[in-house]
Amino acid sequence: MSGDVCIVGIGIHPFGRTDGLSGVDQGVFAVRQALVDAGVDWPQVQFAYGSSDAAGNPDTMVDRLGLTGMQFINVRNGCAAGGSALFSAQMAIKSGEFDIGLAVGFDKHPRGAFNALPAEYNLPDWYGEMGQMVTTQFFAAKIMRYMSMFGISQETLGRVAEKAFRNAVHAPHAWRRQPVALEDILAAPLVSDPYTKYMFCSPAEGGVALILASEKKARELGKPLIRLKAATMRTRPPSSFEVFAPSVDVVADDTRPRGTASRIASADAFRLAGIGPGDIDVAQLQDTEAGAEIMHMAENGFCADGEQEKWLAEGHTEIGGALPVNTDGGCLACGEPIGASGLRQVFENVVQLRGDGGGRQVPNSPKTAYSHVYGAPGVSAVTILER
Amino acid sequence: MRAIATGLFTDEAEPRLIGGKDRETGRIVFPCPSATTYEPVPLSREGSLWSYTVQRYRPKTPPYAGPEAFAPWVVAYVELPGEVIVEAPLYGVAFEDVKIGMAVRFAPAPLNPEDADSVFIPAFQPHGDAA
Repeated sequence: MSGDVCIVGIGIHPFGRTDGLSGVDQGVFAVRQALVDAGVDWPQVQFAYGSSDAAGNPDTMVDRLGLTGMQFINVRNGCAAGGSALFSAQMAIKSGEFDIGLAVGFDKHPRGAFNALPAEYNLPDWYGEMGQMVTTQFFAAKIMRYMSMFGISQETLGRVAEKAFRNAVHAPHAWRRQPVALEDILAAPLVSDPYTKYMFCSPAEGGVALILASEKKARELGKPLIRLKAATMRTRPPSSFEVFAPSVDVVADDTRPRGTASRIASADAFRLAGIGPGDIDVAQLQDTEAGAEIMHMAENGFCADGEQEKWLAEGHTEIGGALPVNTDGGCLACGEPIGASGLRQVFENVVQLRGDGGGRQVPNSPKTAYSHVYGAPGVSAVTILER
Repeated sequence: MRAIATGLFTDEAEPRLIGGKDRETGRIVFPCPSATTYEPVPLSREGSLWSYTVQRYRPKTPPYAGPEAFAPWVVAYVELPGEVIVEAPLYGVAFEDVKIGMAVRFAPAPLNPEDADSVFIPAFQPHGDAA
């Protein structure tokens, strides 16, 4: 295949809580919207990759969309599931096998924190019995060490959350769309120190669909060319600090941040796209907690460790800043339906590159957009779009 | 003292954690895996706080088997120098006095302090100047 794989259609079912609609319902909703957006009919879609963590097998949606006999592959890959579906869809077109296909993700999680059981992670039962099978503990401990190493304040974490809710006011697909004042964020009850309740995202519901096509097919459809310049999914290096870890390696020099799957996925994505972090106009970075956005700014190469304190204070990551981050409010405001979350970031990037962001539109016609997810047990997926 | 699981502590008056040393690479992990490629080794009693948080809400049951009456605790990652960093509660310190780098010592504690028959879990206490 010559040329780039392009995203020609996008659809989303609003994130949050939708009683009476299953996860698959929300996925189907998103697919129908994406088909309309692309100007194609379901029978033209040659293949699909679908991701869902807790809401059933995505391929069951052919019942609803049409039994065309198409290829439909289900993807489960933790928080990188959506990114993995997108990567796979891209490869199916790049290989020359197909011209047009679908990456779809949806989920519907029970209320409250994710309730993981030790056996699902090959951990002994006692680990859960003593109360350590709790994801928030890891995320809090990770930022606590980072703050101590690089001088990040709790107020900076608060600024991340404040920005998320403020941006989400203008994102119709977001869940929490009321601004929250910085002092209220900081004064709210602590969940896991240093995080207050506004600094963690919640498991949620939602669905996202992206229609991908070869460049030739995209031109035939007459769509603006949003090019997928890179899509990477990577796993962790040795000695990384991950969720649900009864032990962590000691290392010779522990004064620098440890390697992460995110660093690997990011470096490889920039290499594939042939550009660097300074060339990115807008970024969606995994922000399951406020500190995740802070650490991921550095892990993805956008700033040095410790510079985030200044960046947030000076508004560099605001909509009108040097590098707008999480323009739709990210996971903090949208919640995290695992199967759909990474694809939401790409949806938002397409909206921004098309100039359709309305009140949250990044000014000066952004040309490049970056997305990044991270999840247990050390997986990460990155995409870079260009128009 | 009855440990929450076998193979976690040594059978000494003052128990130590049992880690697993990879017979090929020398890497130490906790708990000791059952695979024969790991040799069980007693770990240092003393270490320093690598990172931490405070568990402020009662974890979901299952899997949590602690008391119904919930009291927040410090979730600590403790660096045992030259060996491994282990995750366990840190008791005996006010939350505002917890500092990364503080000296701590292994001190198994009952999962349910109200229950005389409670199983014991791996835990740490402040040590030296931090005590």
